[in-house]
Amino acid sequence: MLKLLALLLALFLAGSALAKEAAPASPDPALEKRAVALEKQLRCLVCQNETIADSRAELAMDLKKEIREKLKAGMSEKQIKQYLVARYGDFVLYKPPVMATTVPLWYGPFALLLAAVAGLFYYILRRRRSVAAQPLSEAEQARVRALLDSSEGQP
Amino acid sequence: MIPELGQFALVLALCIALVQSIVPLVGAARGNAAWIAVARPAAQAQCLFIVFAFGCLTYAFVSNDFSVIYVAEHSNTELPLAYRVAAVWGGHEGSLLLWTMMLGLWMFAVSIFSRSLPEEMVARVLGVMGMIAIGFLLFMLLTSDPFTRLLPAAANGRDLNPLLQDPGMVFHPPMLYMGYVGFSVAFAFCMAALIDGRLDATWARWMRPWTTVAWSVLTLGIALGSAWSYYVLGWGGWWFWDPVENASFMPWLVGTALVHSLAVTEKRGAFRSWTVFLAILAFSLSLLGTFLVRSGVLTSVHAFAVDPKRGIFILAFLAVVVGASFSLFAWRASKVGLGGRFAMVSRESMLLTNNALLLVAAGAVLLGTLYPLVLDALNLGKISVGPPYFDAVFVPLIAPALFLMGIGPLARWKKASAPDLALRLRWALAVSFVAAIVVPLLMGHWSSMVGFGIFLASWITASSLVSFKAQFAHVPKGQVVARLAQLPRSYYGMILAHLGVAMFIVGVALVKGYEVESDVRMDVGDTAHLHDYTFRFASIDKVNGPNYTADRGTIVVTRGDKHVVTLHPEKRVYTVQNMPMTEAAIDAGFFRHLYVALGDPLSPTSWVVRLYYKPFVSWIWGGCLLMGIGGLLAAFDRRYRVRARAAAARAVAVAGLNPTAAR
Amino acid sequence: MLRARFLLPLAAFAVFAAVIAVLGVGLTLDPRLVPSPLINKPAPAFTLPELEHPDKTFSKKDMLGKVWLLNVWASWCVSCREEHSTVLALSSSGVVPVIGLNYKDERADGLRYLARLGNPYQVIAYDHDGRVGINFGVYGVPETYVIDKTGVIRYKCIGPVTPQIVRDKILPLVKELNRNA
Repeated sequence: MLKLLALLLALFLAGSALAKEAAPASPDPALEKRAVALEKQLRCLVCQNETIADSRAELAMDLKKEIREKLKAGMSEKQIKQYLVARYGDFVLYKPPVMATTVPLWYGPFALLLAAVAGLFYYILRRRRSVAAQPLSEAEQARVRALLDSSEGQP
Repeated sequence: MIPELGQFALVLALCIALVQSIVPLVGAARGNAAWIAVARPAAQAQCLFIVFAFGCLTYAFVSNDFSVIYVAEHSNTELPLAYRVAAVWGGHEGSLLLWTMMLGLWMFAVSIFSRSLPEEMVARVLGVMGMIAIGFLLFMLLTSDPFTRLLPAAANGRDLNPLLQDPGMVFHPPMLYMGYVGFSVAFAFCMAALIDGRLDATWARWMRPWTTVAWSVLTLGIALGSAWSYYVLGWGGWWFWDPVENASFMPWLVGTALVHSLAVTEKRGAFRSWTVFLAILAFSLSLLGTFLVRSGVLTSVHAFAVDPKRGIFILAFLAVVVGASFSLFAWRASKVGLGGRFAMVSRESMLLTNNALLLVAAGAVLLGTLYPLVLDALNLGKISVGPPYFDAVFVPLIAPALFLMGIGPLARWKKASAPDLALRLRWALAVSFVAAIVVPLLMGHWSSMVGFGIFLASWITASSLVSFKAQFAHVPKGQVVARLAQLPRSYYGMILAHLGVAMFIVGVALVKGYEVESDVRMDVGDTAHLHDYTFRFASIDKVNGPNYTADRGTIVVTRGDKHVVTLHPEKRVYTVQNMPMTEAAIDAGFFRHLYVALGDPLSPTSWVVRLYYKPFVSWIWGGCLLMGIGGLLAAFDRRYRVRARAAAARAVAVAGLNPTAAR
Repeated sequence: MLRARFLLPLAAFAVFAAVIAVLGVGLTLDPRLVPSPLINKPAPAFTLPELEHPDKTFSKKDMLGKVWLLNVWASWCVSCREEHSTVLALSSSGVVPVIGLNYKDERADGLRYLARLGNPYQVIAYDHDGRVGINFGVYGVPETYVIDKTGVIRYKCIGPVTPQIVRDKILPLVKELNRNA
């Protein structure tokens, strides 16, 4: 019993003596940062609703390892993406590449914006011509004055 | 017994819905007062039956009745009571019943708070809502009955997904659905007006508060979902451009356009057909969202596990609703007049521009969400469209609309003077530029993205102040307080909502620009430093929850030598589904969050710990809260509530002072 | 004037009709299916130890000149059990050699699995760390590849092979590939 207590005490003391500044979880934080930034742009193919960065799936963990090894070996982010696309297709990229089939996707919104602005101008200009101002009758003008007086200052 | 009663109540509700959609509409067409009068009691009775059915399902959950398949799939005896109730909408069938109940409640509200409306209008509105109810009740009874029995009954249930065992689950879906379904009221008002052939400014006045309330509630519902995913998923993200999130964002964008368009229609009688168009679009997008979640067409973390056969029903329903409403619109819109004139520079033109920009943004989100499906359907390959796309495309599209927010409220109706506006806003512009440069530097380092965001937020705030100050321009000192009280609630609502947008932008810009993260390996007793805080890993213990076991860490946070907070992040394993879950610990301050989550254990006393410092992140949801409150404030403006005023407004419109009503 | 009035609802209607058509087609598709970019491309070269004989190795080039199937499986994979009888039947028919790729498994577990359920494979390559699997684009076991005489992948089946898939897709393809030089 006493031996047990002594052992526990020793462990406790040893523990607090060893209390230190926590080491970063990864041995190379700069590489880690690059890896995570890249992983956040890739889709996990198993869960499919998470990035590889967030996913806990087996395949995601394997790919995370691959990515770190390749970054360390000197491959660029672009090359690693190409490596993955060659194996899994464009589906793995959360940022769709600009290619023939995705031109409407990338340029569509801005084309839509231009069309909307053009439509606006056209509409406002045309409307000015088509809606003529209607003059008020005497009775209506008196009513206008009365209303303006009563609701003075309201926005 | 109780589940059967619930099912029977749904059948009765369906019968009433059939009556409600035919009798009042025919009555309104024929001028038959007795038939018109059927609308209100029918709506109220239908609501009561649906609520009763919902109550029966809730009872089945609370009493652990595992002879009902739906309960067995989503509950468990160990599940705490609050979550047993929330589990009612944890799956496809129950969430449909929630949707239908929200429809019932909105119908009930319309039947009560519409005493000042003409009876034929109420009849038509409730008739249209009844038709929508038919669709959902049929869908439930034919394909997705929550009351289907499981015989022999299961001994215990499969438990609610641990991710959903959270207060967020109690509030987020009901609020969200209340907002979604609320747009059906705007939709019904528009259909009623189209059928009637009369879209005057008074119709807009009646429709406006209902739409604003629905919009406010949807804002709060989306914000709740975002905040919930922030603290439950363990990575501190708050928006993923997930297809179902987009499905709620699109009606919100269109709803915002609608609320602003209604302002013009109410005040100036213009944009009437545009308003109708937006209302149809907003509700169609709500229905589209309902479809996307449960059809299996897109992968989403929110998707219910449903077979595509049910998707066909909703798709058909969607096609019928949208097709019929657009057809009616095309047919009757020509009868609608144009409304007042306005100049190239005027509040009307700015609101129209705001609308156009919001629609383009919504269109971009729709494009990105459906594009992978389009390519797949055309056999052109399989791509993913995720946050990198949406962030790149959405921000430039919405920025001009945000800039216009500063000018619009100051512009006069009908004709505004651009030089005058520039003069009044010159200091606001200058202040915004200065803030855009100073704030990033104060926060630590310059970033053009943050600078841009701060510019927009300061611009909106400063110009709102200019607008507010202008309200007191000719007011003598002693009457300032009187003037404050005299300003209508809708004005305060607008200012508050716009300030909410500014607050939101500040939160997004600052957290994206200046959040700091640290992944460390901690033994018990170790300390880590992040920003100017010290985190000490004091202990790790094993705890038992009602339906889970967990490793619970104790992290003591100090700053200098002052104790800030003690946090308890957990790593739980829910016993029934054997599913691990990270429960992050957050010290939620107004100006910053400290976010701590446990990673993987390296040994019994050594863990990977993720530490985050997130400045101003709560301003994201604070801004949404302000938006929601602003909307509700505006909806309860006195002018909507006093009957005498409504009658007077009608008299004015009819007398022809509003030059557009007579057509 | 009337045309302009109709233009907006017509445009919106057209867009919505297109959306509904796309969604309708979408109901027949599986959004989770990831088509392989390696179809009609050479299969990745690999050399792995054999599962049953650790001292021997198997390479892709060992099968050049023959049409063959590569079936990716693991003892921990539940769906693999579903397809096992189909794979056994296909292999015993002798129409096409079936090579196994034991993916991310422990040798003992893999051998025990085969001992219990039967061994349809001519040879089993043992991919312990999953790297060969990554090169093939494996993301969800079981997966089956049809590889032709020159080593080019001609078909990939994701998920368990069913007798229907064997009958409608695999056997006709194998027959056709065998006909070509």
